[in-house]
Amino acid sequence: MGPLIPQGIIPMGWDFVIALLIGIAFGFVLEASGFSSSRNITGVFYGYNFVVLRVFFTAVVVAMIGLQYFDYFGWIDLNQIYVLPTFLSPMIVGAIIMGVGFVLGGFCPGTSYTAIAIGKIDAMVFTGGLFLGIFLFSEFFPFFEQFYYSGNMGSITIGEFFGISNNLVTLIFVVIAVVAFYITWRIELRVRKNMIQYKF
Amino acid sequence: MNQEIDIQDRPKYINPYFGGVLLGLVLLITFYITGRGLGASGAVKSAVVTTVDKVAPDHAEQNTYMKAFITDDHSPMFNWLVFESFGIFIGGLLSGALFGRIKKLRIEKSPNITNKTRLFAAGIGGILFGIGSQFGRGCSSGAALSGTASSSFGGLLVMLLMFGTGYVVAYFFRKLWI
Repeated sequence: MGPLIPQGIIPMGWDFVIALLIGIAFGFVLEASGFSSSRNITGVFYGYNFVVLRVFFTAVVVAMIGLQYFDYFGWIDLNQIYVLPTFLSPMIVGAIIMGVGFVLGGFCPGTSYTAIAIGKIDAMVFTGGLFLGIFLFSEFFPFFEQFYYSGNMGSITIGEFFGISNNLVTLIFVVIAVVAFYITWRIELRVRKNMIQYKF
Repeated sequence: MNQEIDIQDRPKYINPYFGGVLLGLVLLITFYITGRGLGASGAVKSAVVTTVDKVAPDHAEQNTYMKAFITDDHSPMFNWLVFESFGIFIGGLLSGALFGRIKKLRIEKSPNITNKTRLFAAGIGGILFGIGSQFGRGCSSGAALSGTASSSFGGLLVMLLMFGTGYVVAYFFRKLWI
């Protein structure tokens, strides 16, 4: 029963080999889906290319359904799955900062690594910025240390927050995804009609 | 005529829904094997801590944020996310080679802006993403994608607010892209 490494089924020594292999698969899918192009990615904000939404939502839904079924079949112990803890106010601030960074930079960290791999200078500068940003954060950490740890809600799940089961959350996600796929497909058709100069 | 050339020039990407299914399966397998999701910004954090620890060890030890990642028995680079992120780069290289997208160094931008503007925006964007990912406990991979997939409320929050903010500010930065 999974997860395999925390349960000791795969020994810890394999951890980094597996990390490398998983990373390769992750990077391959990101690049092959078109995430090594910042103009592809930012299309989601201007309506001319919703590839980010399609890939992202499909992946979330597939992994969510997969985890629920693995649990149902007794293949995985969901209690041993890491649920990212929620720190309400710092996460709100962090997400807003990242949102601005997303539109300005055109990448997120993972996609910028794949863009560097195919020779994009803008991605190299973006990753350099990441380094500088995390450095600045660390240097000034004492000034907002209290804020950083504020609003701790622990490893609360979406279902727990809304008082429903996580199975229902998954179902709601599937419905939202399908509706979003349809609506954004219509929007994309309309926006692209007026855009001839865009060449991915 | 022109449009035909455009279509031929267009890079061949895999179907986004197929890509999404593959990404979802990679994520699911990652959870199944390691009990945790994917990540990306964590590797840069390790690089920052390692660099500061090398250049000014005392300074790193005194920093309340960085000292948590410094141990005596191994370098902060000896970390799951560092190996995984190196894998992301190799994976990108493989896909780029397979689909013929590895070309000479270049800058991708809207034809309406200069290279300098693009690189300046990319740098600022990176800095903001670096800062934001620390407050958000992860970036698009660690918090938004893996967090939401593991039904974390914080993950969902980061995803919605990150993209939501993107839509709010997109208008002001439209010259960068369209």
